[in-house]
Amino acid sequence: MPPNSRPGDAVFANVERVNAELFTLTYGAIVRQLLTDFEEVDEVNKQLDTMGYNIGIRLIDDFLAKANITRCSDFRETAETIAKVGFKMFLGVTGSVANWNADGTECSLILDDNPLVDFVELPETCQGLYYCNILCGVIRGALEMVSMRTEVKFVKDILRGDDAYEMRLKLLEQVPEEYPYKDDD
Amino acid sequence: MASTACFVIVGRNDCPIYESEVGTAPKKDEATHLHQFILHAALDIVQDVVWTTNGMFLKVVDKYNELLVSVYVTAGHTRLMLLHDSRNEDGIRNFFQEVHELYIKLLLNPLYVPGSRITSPFFDTRVRALARKYL
Repeated sequence: MPPNSRPGDAVFANVERVNAELFTLTYGAIVRQLLTDFEEVDEVNKQLDTMGYNIGIRLIDDFLAKANITRCSDFRETAETIAKVGFKMFLGVTGSVANWNADGTECSLILDDNPLVDFVELPETCQGLYYCNILCGVIRGALEMVSMRTEVKFVKDILRGDDAYEMRLKLLEQVPEEYPYKDDD
Repeated sequence: MASTACFVIVGRNDCPIYESEVGTAPKKDEATHLHQFILHAALDIVQDVVWTTNGMFLKVVDKYNELLVSVYVTAGHTRLMLLHDSRNEDGIRNFFQEVHELYIKLLLNPLYVPGSRITSPFFDTRVRALARKYL
């Protein structure tokens, strides 16, 4: 059963919120600083992804503690949960999941609206920048903590002239849960 | 009637950061230089006038033959200067106010460095559209 959008709204009503402009401009300042420090756009994309990863591996605990969701039975349900509950809880917007491949290991997360990019316009010098690349890292980090190794990357970006934000989410392997010790040791 | 108009934004450190010929009159190369020259000369007057009023819109501050210079100064001391030959104060006031709003949006863009040249094509298109609407 795919989770409906209700749980996301319920959680969103309960989490603490912060002024949207403060949030947007703070993120903007981070990207700006990275551009100054690393100079290379590709390097900035990588750095944003790493930062996101570090956020994700922590954020997943917060998410599981507050979101009141049950264990996802398959990857499809996981993707739905990210789009409907995860995005709603942390970004205040709801995404959708589309374009599944045949084995159900690859899909697109689509955001029509994205609070990170208010006011932003990419100048000529930053054409290769994936401004919201931090989101990819967050998802990758969070899923890794629940034993799914994934690859996440942006394929569409409104800032680059596309019609939506689309992240391609690819499940590489499902790491079986391992216990660090055996009972008879 | 063909009108001449030249719009320039001057940053707080006196560097021009945006410039466009928004008039309907056919373009002449030497005229562009003349326009820059007149606007440059008007900067000194702006400096005096700006402290005599509380408003941001300074109206016409300078004249050169039939060309007039209207100026709008933002709180951050960025000067929006318009060289024009039409006498349409309300239109110019509205034009300045809307461009000011555009400029604020531009400043909120984290990837724009305040005081640097405005290269955004979006900004340019919007300014030209506003000029057609109000001037």
